[in-house]
Amino acid sequence: MDRANVDTDLIIPKQFLKSIKRTGFGVNLFDELRYLDRGEPGMENRSRPLNPDFALNLPRYQGASILLARKNFGCGSSREHAPWAIEEFGFRAIIAPSFADIFYNNCFKNGLLPIPVPETLVSQLFNEMYAEEGYALQIDLTKQTVTTPGGQIFEFEIDVFRKHCLLEGLDEIALSLRDADAIRAYEAQRKRVCPWLFDALNSELPPA
Amino acid sequence: MARTLYDKLWDEHVVVQRDDGSALLYIDRHIVHEVTSPQAFEGLRLAGLKPWRTDSILATPDHNVPTTLAERTGGVAGISDAVSKIQVQTLDDNCNQLGITEFEINDPRQGIVHVVGPESGACLPGMTIVCGDSHTSTNGALGALAFGIGTSEVEHVLATQCVVSKKMKNMRVSINGKLGKGVTAKDVVLAVIGKIGTAGGTGFAIEFAGEVIRDMSMEGRLTVCNMAIEAGARAGLVAVDDTTIEYVKGKPFAPTEDDWRVAVDYWRSLKSDDQALFDRTIDINGAEIEPQVTWGTSPEMVLPVSACVPDPEGEDDKLKAEGIRRALGYMGLRAGQAISDIAVDRVFIGSCTNSRIEDLRAAAMVVKGKQKASSVKQALVVPGSGRVKAQAEAEGLHQIFTAAGMEWREPGCSMCLAMNADRLEDGEHCASTSNRNFEGRQGFGGRTHLVSPAMAAAAAMAGHFVDVRDFEGDIK
Ligand code: SF4
Repeated sequence: MDRANVDTDLIIPKQFLKSIKRTGFGVNLFDELRYLDRGEPGMENRSRPLNPDFALNLPRYQGASILLARKNFGCGSSREHAPWAIEEFGFRAIIAPSFADIFYNNCFKNGLLPIPVPETLVSQLFNEMYAEEGYALQIDLTKQTVTTPGGQIFEFEIDVFRKHCLLEGLDEIALSLRDADAIRAYEAQRKRVCPWLFDALNSELPPA
Repeated sequence: MARTLYDKLWDEHVVVQRDDGSALLYIDRHIVHEVTSPQAFEGLRLAGLKPWRTDSILATPDHNVPTTLAERTGGVAGISDAVSKIQVQTLDDNCNQLGITEFEINDPRQGIVHVVGPESGACLPGMTIVCGDSHTSTNGALGALAFGIGTSEVEHVLATQCVVSKKMKNMRVSINGKLGKGVTAKDVVLAVIGKIGTAGGTGFAIEFAGEVIRDMSMEGRLTVCNMAIEAGARAGLVAVDDTTIEYVKGKPFAPTEDDWRVAVDYWRSLKSDDQALFDRTIDINGAEIEPQVTWGTSPEMVLPVSACVPDPEGEDDKLKAEGIRRALGYMGLRAGQAISDIAVDRVFIGSCTNSRIEDLRAAAMVVKGKQKASSVKQALVVPGSGRVKAQAEAEGLHQIFTAAGMEWREPGCSMCLAMNADRLEDGEHCASTSNRNFEGRQGFGGRTHLVSPAMAAAAAMAGHFVDVRDFEGDIK
């Protein structure tokens, strides 16, 4: 995705957010760029006309599992449908100079690894990728490295907890619930100090 | 140690600080809408869990609801789009089953989540507020820590009343001086985004400060914080002052009597200490801000109405030049074209940015006694909530709009994201008071120009962008 500020509307247009499921978004990833017609939910996507110029439709990028992108990738809405669509399409990692905060967060919840690397390096990777068909990077999450086909190795940052969750496939809710007692204690103290924060919503009667 | 407002709100809500720098942060208020919640409720059910605290949750459908009276009369059953209907129905079912307070589709309190929260008093100063929606930042105007979350996090908050979060950095954007006539909160925030860019606030919580913010009404501050996310910041904040307290007073869910007094005492402390350190500070002279219009496909592509569309040839940065070229192509504009030469096909006044009563008053003042230009196919005015609608009708604003040839609709997100039937056709230009001008946002091929309500109203009357300050009419 050789453009900056790719927003979540571009990743998965809103008409597809009407679904109440967590799956089925991959076929509509980058819908407005990928197809020539106007996508609507429930369409038979296989028979829609493809945009022959769009990267994901080019034979050389078929089966790609790393998405290379420009800065501020995933800006815009909080829709988790964006990482759902990217993941379901087959991507496992995204390399870009920077990511929007909420999108970055959402990736980890879905086994997708966003890798922020300096802009100059991203430009280098784009150039190498364009120059060489079948260009493939190797990502090692344990070592936190990316290796280019030329053997160049660069490291990337990821916080320990997120790395742990990705590698082990941990359930965050279960982890947080280990602290249930602490949450209850906090809540009890809060109820004493700020009682107005509790039960207020039940106080107004619904209109007749 | 001196702390910022954000530091204070953060410290107040940490339940457990983890070694890796993340924390379990307690959530006081969880706002829910139909689009980003069904998968979370389902996940909860599959895990065999129940919401931790139902009395912290307020739900209302907004994104998918139709806005014509004809379609609204039939309630959920009357929604003609079958897929949307299922989504709204699913929210009702989840709320009913779990005992969650919901303002259902035709409840007179229903509306856009970020309008309903503050106006009902469900969102208050000092709270942590989350919603599966990036514009949750709006509520930060109350002196609250409010930010958008993804659906997995919605599920996490339902299950644990907490989010796992890392502390953001502190940024202060000070807008000093006095705003000129006809320059509004929307112009201020667009000018800020034009200055720092759409990624300028990434990783930060932005506190808006300075004389302009102090002088601003609560509704204006809500508009400014609403678009903090367009500057890349998950949270926008404004310190509590008399304006905040006056605004909250008497709201249906606000505390009363003894609770009110204790609350106000506490809320008064919700401001940054004088010596507090910010990781980044920006200063802007409010007197220099002109009415703004976006010309491109990102909110940072914004200029004063008196300016001309940029020329990619004049840009040295190759990537930037490419971005300008692409945006001009999508928007169907010529490099160097005057903004005031851009003809407008549709006008949308609404969204969580600009659909509160003051916004509608400002728009009504501009259109009063005038007629929509015949070249403008449609001008929608969509109040942000049932309460806003009722207030506007009590003031007769709806008649001013309809007399001018504009359409007065039922509350919802409407053409802000065009999930319902309100949308642009391919290639149409829209003067819109919403917050995002992304490609296709308001309809496939649609071309959005973000402006203030007064500027949108003036464009509807003129048929193209005009400087509302020169526009003959009764403006503040
Ligand atoms: S009005 Fe627009 S930006 Fe606001 S919540 Fe609705 S869709 Fe989102």
